[in-house]
Amino acid sequence: MPASPQGSPEPRNSNGLDQFVAALREHGGTPDILDLSGANQANLDFLAARGRLTSDEFTYAATTAFGSSGDFFTNQSDPRHIETFCKLSLDYPPDSFDGILVWDCLEYLAPELLEEVVQHLFDISRPGTSLLCYFHADQAATKVPVTQFRIIDSKTIQTATRQVTRPTQFYSNRVIERTFQKFQSVKFFLTRDHLREVIVRR
Amino acid sequence: MANLWNRGKKEDEPLIPRHSSAPPSPSELSREGIPRSTLPSRTPEPVPHATDTYRATAGSATIGKSVVIKGQIYSREDLIIDGEVEGSVEAIEHRIVVGPNGKVTAGVKAREIMVQGSIKGDVEAGDKIDIRREAKLVGNIKTQRIVIEDGAYFKGSVDIQRVETTKAPAPAASAPRPQTMAASAPQQALPMDPAKR
Repeated sequence: MPASPQGSPEPRNSNGLDQFVAALREHGGTPDILDLSGANQANLDFLAARGRLTSDEFTYAATTAFGSSGDFFTNQSDPRHIETFCKLSLDYPPDSFDGILVWDCLEYLAPELLEEVVQHLFDISRPGTSLLCYFHADQAATKVPVTQFRIIDSKTIQTATRQVTRPTQFYSNRVIERTFQKFQSVKFFLTRDHLREVIVRR
Repeated sequence: MANLWNRGKKEDEPLIPRHSSAPPSPSELSREGIPRSTLPSRTPEPVPHATDTYRATAGSATIGKSVVIKGQIYSREDLIIDGEVEGSVEAIEHRIVVGPNGKVTAGVKAREIMVQGSIKGDVEAGDKIDIRREAKLVGNIKTQRIVIEDGAYFKGSVDIQRVETTKAPAPAASAPRPQTMAASAPQQALPMDPAKR
């Protein structure tokens, strides 16, 4: 993924996060939460106060596994690269989590790998688990940002562009529903800035 | 930064830092014919106090960057690891710093842990763990407080240990309310603050 200058952080309301946090509260006990964005102080402080947090560097794993040599997207269909990726990320036992913050991690995956990763997410989540995902909603975009997400509070996140990359496909509502067809429900939150928030229920 | 970990360390130096002995007296100097200018100054070197890293070097044991240790380490003093350690490391009452060249494949237990290099293993810090920008930590963390800089790689779970603070006895009605109470609980404190009435 080609690097680009970092964008300045922008706070924004997040109905998706609000619903995600509400689902954690409904859990009653101490929920197990997986954050795929990698560790940052803001998310760690917020999430560790609400459950048992596991932090995973999904983007780093993808960049390491598929971006070290050759084409980032072509490598995603190579079993050797996929094996490397799976060793670096999402290597958790079945039924491990009650909430997964996927953020925009799925957006940069080629369809073959996407299917496998979504199956992984299904396997490691417990029934009733919420997944918070983001997809860019601009069909005409030739470049989409790889975003860093920081939680400010349960209704506000701060986003900053880390990189830009080309989109692998346009995620319409229909495509997203098809992607998560094994899950119980998919709920969309449309926003002003071409970023679609999605809450997926296992 | 890497130089800090091996300041004054030469290949033939022992791992355990030598205790500096008192400099010879002027009479000894004249007897031995040692020019005074070759002696280290009595004035301590200026310490870059802003960095926690450097503070830890005073009175710490150091595992240098060319050292590889396989086994269990128990330390009764602060410990700096800038080499490779495989096994387990414990300094329950003390601070462990994994320097920029440090590579630890072990469980680490200490009062306070700072990571600049890499750790692969579970980490337990009684007080605080500080993961710096260039650090890589793969393992589960158990601690009271955690600080993580942007850019640090961390994969694992975080278990924040909450410390039960014992409630102080309620102050007498006539006792003045400390200002900090007003700062932390303004809704309750404001009506009781005479200045605000």
